Amino acid sequence: MGFVDDTDRVSGTIRNLDGYEGALGGLTRREFLKYCTGVAVTLGLSSFTGLRIAQAATAPQRPPVIWLSAQECTGCTESLLRAYHPTLETLILDMISLDYHEALCSGAGHQAEAYKAKSMKENWGKYVLVVDGSIPTKDGGVYCMVAGKPILQAVKEAAEGAAAIISIGSCASWGGIPSSDPNPTGAKPVHAVLPGKTVINLPGCPPNPYNFLSTVLYLLTFGKPPDLDIKNRPKFAYGRLVHENCERRPHFDAGRFALEYGDFGHRQGWCLYKIGCKGPETHANCPAIGFGDAGEGNWPVGIGHPCFGCTEQGIGFTKPLHALADVKTFSPPAAFPTVDSPKGEGITPAAAAIAAGIAGLGAGAGAMALRGMKDEGEEGGKEASSRSSSGQH
Amino acid sequence: MSETAPRPLGGPIVTKPFAILGVFLLIGGYFILRRFLFGMADVSNMSNGYPIGTWVVLDVVIGTAFGCGGFAMALLVYIFNRNVYHPLMRPALLGGVFGYTLAGLAVMIDLGRYWNAFNLLMPWYAQINSVIFEVALCVMAYITVLWIEFWPAFLERMPVAIKQRFNLHKLQVFLRRYMYVFIGLGVLLPTMHQSSLGSVLLIMGSKLSPLWYTQWLPLLYLISALTMGYGVVMLESTLVQRSFKLPSEAALLAKLSRVAAGLLVLFLAVRFGDLLARGQLGRAFAGDRYSVLFLIETALFAAPVLILASRRRCANMRLRFLATISLLAAGSLYRMNGYLLAIDPGNGWTYFPSAPELMITVGVVCLEIMLYLIFVKTLPVLPGSIAEASGRPS
Repeated sequence: MGFVDDTDRVSGTIRNLDGYEGALGGLTRREFLKYCTGVAVTLGLSSFTGLRIAQAATAPQRPPVIWLSAQECTGCTESLLRAYHPTLETLILDMISLDYHEALCSGAGHQAEAYKAKSMKENWGKYVLVVDGSIPTKDGGVYCMVAGKPILQAVKEAAEGAAAIISIGSCASWGGIPSSDPNPTGAKPVHAVLPGKTVINLPGCPPNPYNFLSTVLYLLTFGKPPDLDIKNRPKFAYGRLVHENCERRPHFDAGRFALEYGDFGHRQGWCLYKIGCKGPETHANCPAIGFGDAGEGNWPVGIGHPCFGCTEQGIGFTKPLHALADVKTFSPPAAFPTVDSPKGEGITPAAAAIAAGIAGLGAGAGAMALRGMKDEGEEGGKEASSRSSSGQH
Repeated sequence: MSETAPRPLGGPIVTKPFAILGVFLLIGGYFILRRFLFGMADVSNMSNGYPIGTWVVLDVVIGTAFGCGGFAMALLVYIFNRNVYHPLMRPALLGGVFGYTLAGLAVMIDLGRYWNAFNLLMPWYAQINSVIFEVALCVMAYITVLWIEFWPAFLERMPVAIKQRFNLHKLQVFLRRYMYVFIGLGVLLPTMHQSSLGSVLLIMGSKLSPLWYTQWLPLLYLISALTMGYGVVMLESTLVQRSFKLPSEAALLAKLSRVAAGLLVLFLAVRFGDLLARGQLGRAFAGDRYSVLFLIETALFAAPVLILASRRRCANMRLRFLATISLLAAGSLYRMNGYLLAIDPGNGWTYFPSAPELMITVGVVCLEIMLYLIFVKTLPVLPGSIAEASGRPS
């Protein structure tokens, strides 16, 4: 925490964090700076970036956010409500100005819609648009109507004036459950209905709240999206396969697999690949940051359920739960080592003979060398005294 | 610097002992070939429970300690400025050159995927928190430094025509001027990796018997490497002087043996002080396999101290030789215990080297001795011989 102690040096540039009651959602200034540093580290940035994040998060003009919900289950919002460092209310009340969210806004009906229209007008080109849920496109989008108009239309309108667009959850990112066969509503992901716009995808069912919070703070701090992969997912969160950082990976490499739920291997916490874990083909940071702030190992695989690939189109809600994953890193060997492999070989007569031979040879050579030394020992002794005396001159 | 400048011994290279060593080298070579053609399991008994076998323990961990002669002598001669020992420097260096180079060779035999070894040198793959990585880089660097330190011996023997052809006198001047840098590195690098060989064992945790497992392992490995370095210089000097009838260096060796004895006392003090502090000394008398190994090892460490305690006994060649043997055996057993005999990986794993595995180690050691013989006969390594008058080519 070196830089926290140095804040006197930079206090001219950081705003008065202790200035008013509750400024930081009940956090002390120290805790708040720690939090911002934590976000920076989650993003894979230098911890000094935490300071810039702190400045962005305490800017007097909080950036407005419009949150639209399409065909969704509110799971993404529920997931966000369970973030504790900081809590979602710290984000929406102190860091951003959440001007419209169907589940969270205090107003309702025409009042809420009017405020949304006002905010969009006032902040045209500056607000962040967040969408959860997939967009029905069949029959003119009539399968999801909000305030009397199809959500398809609402999303397109809001996207026009958005500074940045975030698709949260699998439905918004790649279609999710609504887009699975037979897809009666013609559900499409957000980026499919907004051609030409950069949409940051945060898939997951539910998505990890900290990936969302980190992405928003990155946007606030740097005014641009974080590094994205080809599917427009932030690389800091979706750059690696679940398989790569899975705590059960050593079992995979050693060929120890659970073969059915509740069997010996399953109870031992062995690898779930053979009961359909999609970790080897799914990109997400679940094993690294877990869920629910309940400590390490608190994520599906950690509690004994195979990953079902929610962040990947064509895997989550599409591939059967028990189907084997297509291992993207390298294929497992055709023959795994057996659990009861031989535990080493005993001593063989030949090896014993060689070992004894070496020992005997050493002892014999030593004895032979000693035998001839008797006379020279005396000589050496004499010489030693003569040389050491000459050495003193 | 020294009264008798080093010079080549001359004489025929292929002698009877040389031929016998050659036979063992051929046998070892045959099994090395099999290892590269048919894989590790064909020749070795190493397993997932015992991934470290004879090759690493004998050829690398003990082999490099035997190669510490150059390091130990450089410390004494150049750092503590005891120039009287300078005649022992070049042979010690040569021992180090082969001890380390062949340890590197043994590692290449031992590495399952040796073709990936070059990645060690790629900075973007560096895992700077790994002890093994440190050992690997440090040993590679030290092998290079040893050859540079030894290079003047080649230059002295090189025909003038070749030197002029390749402008080598410039190299000679450069080496003479900047040798202190390499000598400095030659002391620094072994300090790093010899202690790291002890640090490697720190991750063994409860697999290693508490009689050996301590946070002081790095220090103990460093001290014992130094004692073995002096031991190997004394052994080599005694044997070579007797075999080739060279001027006796008994006076120097007597002095040197007292340095080694002092270090042994330090080693035993740390070893037993630590056991007492951790309250594990009782295990030494538990009567199990570990306590027997510990007692033998301690006896081998203590014997040279007792022998070399008196100045008169130090001057006795025979006793000094016995003490040297005991000292080297002690250091070797200490290493073998730490890496193999006092390790229990659990789950019923057992290990005893297979015959081909042992023969590869024997072959590597034979190669080391053969190269040593070739080098001392053709290059200026050892001090001038008594038999100089009897028609040796100069």
